[in-house]
Amino acid sequence: MRFKKNIATSDTGFIFNPGSGDSFSSNSIGSEILAFFKEDKSRNEIIELICAKYDVEKNQLEKDLDDFFSQLRDHNLLDE
Amino acid sequence: MVTSHDIKGKRKLVIAVTGLNAIDSPGPGVAVIRAIRECSDFEVRIIGLSYEALEPGIYMHELVDKTYQIPYPSAGFESLLQRLIQIHQAEKLDLVIPNFDAELFSFIKLRKELENLGIRSFLPELEQFEARHKMILSKFGKKHQIMVPEDRIINHVTDLVKAVAELDYPLVVKGKFYDATIVNTLEGAQKAFYQLQAKWGLPVIAQKFINGTEINIAALGDGKGNTISVIPMRKLYITDKGKAWAGITIEDASYIELAKKFVKVTKWRGGCELEIMQTADGISYIMEVNPRFPAWIYLTAAAGQNQPATLVKMAMGEHVDPFQTYEVGKMFIRYSWDLITDVSEFQKISGEGEL
Repeated sequence: MRFKKNIATSDTGFIFNPGSGDSFSSNSIGSEILAFFKEDKSRNEIIELICAKYDVEKNQLEKDLDDFFSQLRDHNLLDE
Repeated sequence: MVTSHDIKGKRKLVIAVTGLNAIDSPGPGVAVIRAIRECSDFEVRIIGLSYEALEPGIYMHELVDKTYQIPYPSAGFESLLQRLIQIHQAEKLDLVIPNFDAELFSFIKLRKELENLGIRSFLPELEQFEARHKMILSKFGKKHQIMVPEDRIINHVTDLVKAVAELDYPLVVKGKFYDATIVNTLEGAQKAFYQLQAKWGLPVIAQKFINGTEINIAALGDGKGNTISVIPMRKLYITDKGKAWAGITIEDASYIELAKKFVKVTKWRGGCELEIMQTADGISYIMEVNPRFPAWIYLTAAAGQNQPATLVKMAMGEHVDPFQTYEVGKMFIRYSWDLITDVSEFQKISGEGEL
């Protein structure tokens, strides 16, 4: 699972799909996750990195992360 | 070949432009002029051609050097020709760029006469112009294997019953020249029919509704089947009149190929706008072809393919290579501005027909 070719993201969590013209903004945690995602970190690696940095239940994070990925998928931003 | 006047080594062209109605449903003229003025390859004197005294472009003196009123297309070719001859005697026009659907027929018909006077244009042939007309667009699509929504020509309100049975709801009821309404009942379709008939005359078109993402493409053809420029744009904000108030250039090879195919099969000469609907499963339908530049044409200049300036060059006989790249993610956001003028200017254009 990775971003489709040409999807542009910024450090501030802005996502632009040049194929559709759609753009999205994510919050600060979303931005961090996007940065890891762009570095080709796996789902489990991202969970470990976020858990190490923030006081968050692993189960909750897993749910939130899956929801986040599902939003990216729904917006046609991912190559599965 | 070039008939322009040389001033300090740079060509000076006198270009007449219509479509100065930069209103909420804007004509393309002001955007065309802005793009042309941005090109540093030539100097221009812009002559506005207007129909109404309140077209904002008339009063934009930084863009339009002088404006003349011209007769409505309904007045016939001869009165348009006579007016253009008068204007030409005063201004020595090199080129005319008409920007309204309703006037294009007249300008295409007068092309030879205007050329004989030394006024160039860069317009499609009458056959090309007619082939993309919304009344026969589906026939055109079938002929060239281009996806176009199925439609029926409605000459009488009773024709709607059959059209509904064949095309189902929702149904798009469209005017001959402009306007469209989406309807879900026969009563709704009948109401739309009467409204469109009253406004634009017959026939009215009933078109199968296609759900998807609306994309607009500005294309420029050389008249020999070559596409010189293509810029696809996605509307980001649409007014209640269906006009783009904001848009963004996008990157999708399928749109470029579709535009190239259209230009190739029609040997389109000049600018045009393809209105595309892309369905969720990736099929692109041509909903409509506008036979002139769209009102958002300045975005092509901003994205690196100045279509109006390139049209000027081609019209003046210059060889132009097709553009290869453009900036993706270039946006436009339209805005309103209260232009201030004096009643004396309004009086001059209203009373004397020129300003």
